[in-house]
Amino acid sequence: MTYKVTEEGDTSTVFLDGEIDMDKTEGAKEVIFPLIDSGKNVNLNLSNVQYMDSSGISVLIESHQKALEKGTKLIVKDVSKSVLKVIMMAKLEQILNLE
Amino acid sequence: MSGSSTAQINHNEKKAFLVKTSSLKDVRTFCREVFEKLEIDPSLKDELVLAIAEAAQNIVKHAYKDKPDSNDIMVVEVSCMNNELKIAFYDRGTPVDPQKVKHRELDNVKPGGLGTFFIQEIMDAVEFKDGKKPWINHLVLTKQL
Repeated sequence: MTYKVTEEGDTSTVFLDGEIDMDKTEGAKEVIFPLIDSGKNVNLNLSNVQYMDSSGISVLIESHQKALEKGTKLIVKDVSKSVLKVIMMAKLEQILNLE
Repeated sequence: MSGSSTAQINHNEKKAFLVKTSSLKDVRTFCREVFEKLEIDPSLKDELVLAIAEAAQNIVKHAYKDKPDSNDIMVVEVSCMNNELKIAFYDRGTPVDPQKVKHRELDNVKPGGLGTFFIQEIMDAVEFKDGKKPWINHLVLTKQL
């Protein structure tokens, strides 16, 4: 997994890349959580994430809940077809902010 | 979840992996390669790879929870006979109590507890068998193609 972060106003956009599994979740959290903790809105762009398992889904849930606690917003953007299928299997499409 | 049937090929292949999180990608690669040979529909292939990766993850995460520095191996065996796909997992971790293997309720949204749900959703059958020496756990996932 690789990533890049862009900033625009009070919104950070995190572009994740590759396959997100249990081996990669700590790396993803290390990128996303400090941004949420700093009070920023976070866009999570998943257009280049081809695979995500339950560990990756947990990162999405944890990030979403953390953003709610902090009063910021996490938007999951441009989800690839394969990852959307997993999100829908977990019935999270109505819980997460998907765009 | 359902997938369209495609495989008509009888096949058996197995591979050993270190019980490490870093092996999960290799498990997926192995399964994708076998499913290519079996000419399994791409959409179903993705689901099967997810189920298999979740089962392998459970071995690392739960059966080896107390042995994070172990250099043990786990074996993944994929076989297809008469359009029945079987994926067997063998490991020497802590014995699994099938009664305790449960996923969380989907409406109780919280991190974790979805791996077993994905496996059950995707596969037709999930069976914990007695591991024959040298194995302790022997899990078999079945899917009719």
